Amino acid sequence: MQLIGFLSRRAFQAIFVLLGLSILIFVIARVLPGDPARTALGARAPQWVVDRLREDMHLNDPMHVQYFYWLTDAVQGDFGISLVTRRNVADDVKEFFPASLELVLFAGLITAVAGIGLGTLSARHKDKWIDNAVRIFSYAGVVTPSFVFAILFLLLFGLVLDWFPTIGRLSQDVPRPPTITGMMTIDALLAGQLATFWDALKHLILPALALAMGSMAQEARLTRATMSDNLTKDYIANKRALGVPERKVTGRFLLKVSLIPTVSIFGLDFAASLSNAFLVELIFVWPGISRYGVNAMLRKDLNAISAVILILGITFITVNIIVDLVVRGLDPRIRLRSARSD
Amino acid sequence: MSTPRLLEIKDLRVEFKVYGGVLKVLDGVNFSVNAGEKVGLVGETGCGKTTTMKAILRILPIPPARIAGGEIFFKGQDILRMRKRDLSKVRGSGISMIFQDPTAALNPVFTIGEQLGAVVQHARPENRRLSKRKIRDKAIIPLKEVALADPERLLDSYPIQLSGGMRQRVCIGMALATDPELLIADEPGTSLDVTIQDQVLRLLRVLVEEKGTSVILITHTLGVVRETTDRVYVMYAGNMVEEAHTRKLFAEPLHPYTQGLMQAVPKLTGGGIAEGIPGRIPSYLDPPPGCRFHTRCPRVMDICRRQKPPFFKVDEEHQVACFLYDQNHDRHKEETATL
Ligand SMILES: Nc1ncnc2c1ncn2[C@@H]1O[C@H](COP(=O)(O)OP(=O)(O)OP(=O)(O)O)[C@@H](O)[C@H]1O
Ligand code: SF4
Ligand SMILES: [Mg+2]
Repeated sequence: MQLIGFLSRRAFQAIFVLLGLSILIFVIARVLPGDPARTALGARAPQWVVDRLREDMHLNDPMHVQYFYWLTDAVQGDFGISLVTRRNVADDVKEFFPASLELVLFAGLITAVAGIGLGTLSARHKDKWIDNAVRIFSYAGVVTPSFVFAILFLLLFGLVLDWFPTIGRLSQDVPRPPTITGMMTIDALLAGQLATFWDALKHLILPALALAMGSMAQEARLTRATMSDNLTKDYIANKRALGVPERKVTGRFLLKVSLIPTVSIFGLDFAASLSNAFLVELIFVWPGISRYGVNAMLRKDLNAISAVILILGITFITVNIIVDLVVRGLDPRIRLRSARSD
Repeated sequence: MSTPRLLEIKDLRVEFKVYGGVLKVLDGVNFSVNAGEKVGLVGETGCGKTTTMKAILRILPIPPARIAGGEIFFKGQDILRMRKRDLSKVRGSGISMIFQDPTAALNPVFTIGEQLGAVVQHARPENRRLSKRKIRDKAIIPLKEVALADPERLLDSYPIQLSGGMRQRVCIGMALATDPELLIADEPGTSLDVTIQDQVLRLLRVLVEEKGTSVILITHTLGVVRETTDRVYVMYAGNMVEEAHTRKLFAEPLHPYTQGLMQAVPKLTGGGIAEGIPGRIPSYLDPPPGCRFHTRCPRVMDICRRQKPPFFKVDEEHQVACFLYDQNHDRHKEETATL
């Protein structure tokens, strides 16, 4: 019951946030300098053709009317035609978004597992060499931009050592899996094509790792700090004193209470990943939504810009709701507090 | 000694590394408990009572803490050099502890049942493989023992859903759930109001009496020590300064610090212990050399500033760490006078 209340409240908030976001996107896209119809048609197109396109795109109508047209189409999943690719924007999004989602989700997985793992290791061996190594590593991870890692990994693991492919999502000679989720690894698994899965995974690892480095380092530092702080708490000493074995004290009682801040900032990490994805996608020629979005921006492709920002907004909000749900699951104080305020 | 020592601490030194340097807190603590005995430990706040107890169970946070020296024996086994596996046999069923602050001692994100369940599960080897249901049934028993109503519901509650008094009882129940040979009770009930504190102590006394458990009782209230314990240690700034049978200590306190404490008794209505003695406990960063009490002692002599007083045996039941009770006392006094 409580959970339903929480979810409906969050969904309600999300609608307002998205509505606000859509207005913002719409206005920004319209005030960008340059005439989108002219950009679409090129400098040599005759003026009357441009005028007709402007008419078709409702560009001559007042802003609020334009917004109304746009919104009614958008909620039906219709973002119009890309002025650049001449394709349906919705089709473009369907193709490019899953590629980015796969990348960012896999990076998130690496962030969570490696970040929490390294942080735990560090806290358990505080001030020993292993802790110092992790600290240096995570300091470097925090201060280095993800595109530097991308180039580094590409050169080292891709070209010099030749362990991983460096271009695209799948090798030429590998059969593409049928599109179900649009994420190659998952689709390949669903279709039972193990060779394809393996190939897709190998393509995924370097860009995902490059993308994950920053947030992984961040999570490792945070986990280390929270854990080593919590290790000195009486509630840990209490379980030890009463004969609960160390394995359970750290693996259960310490871990759960220490994960709360780590999970809480995961939502922010995810947003950072989405925005960092552009350069990583560019470097690994990953056909993702960030690359598509930036190209759309440069070409003033209004419909595409709006669709991209909106889909990223929805993703961000969804991830944050999930993060909040997990934090609620971990922390009864939050559950009980919100139950009281209901 | 003919009586078997259950616990023996020899010359224990503990330091804390902090931002400004090293706190030399425990400065050679000697302490022991015999089987079946109830031992009191008193001393003003910050003198190192909790630190000593946590050292016994090896639960000091390391770092910042560091055991700089000394030995601790439980039934002849060397706790500080023990392997982890043997240590986990001593913890819980050998020695268990009621923590000073029950709120801090309970993990905020686990239910009472999850926490108590883990303790019960590892209290006996044969409990290890019991089903969740069986563990739960066993966990209810200590909650009933400490007179908590509706234990079933309590098991599914989180610490923040309980009152301070209930948390205190839960902590006592948890410490008793392991059926320990030695129970350390660190100021049980101090964080509560006086009536609840009274109830808690009475309850504890009954439970311990029933099971014949040995007890270390830390308290600020001398009246409680007098009623409850067989023997008392007085602690000052990381040193044991006096040890005696309870009756003896109250009849004839010897150490100037203990005498100060006793004089402060009338003023002690649940309040702090040291109000009768001017001055404050010295800094552990740079503790005074010699007798750590010399900065506040009304009878300080010259030797006290140079040398640390060992325990002097006054009789079989009474020893005191003060040069006033040295055989050569008169000479010390003369030296002081000629200066
Ligand atoms: N975790 C810690 N970090 C740094 N210093 C500590 C820590 N724990 C204890 N100390 C130091 O050790 C001293 C003794 O603390 P302890 O808790 O043992 O005192 P206590 O006798 O139990 O006092 P109280 O009656 O207030 O409980 C404190 O004054 C403090 O300086
Ligand atoms: S040793 Fe000296 S300073 Fe210490 S208590 Fe005795 S008389 Fe006082
Ligand atoms: Mg204490």
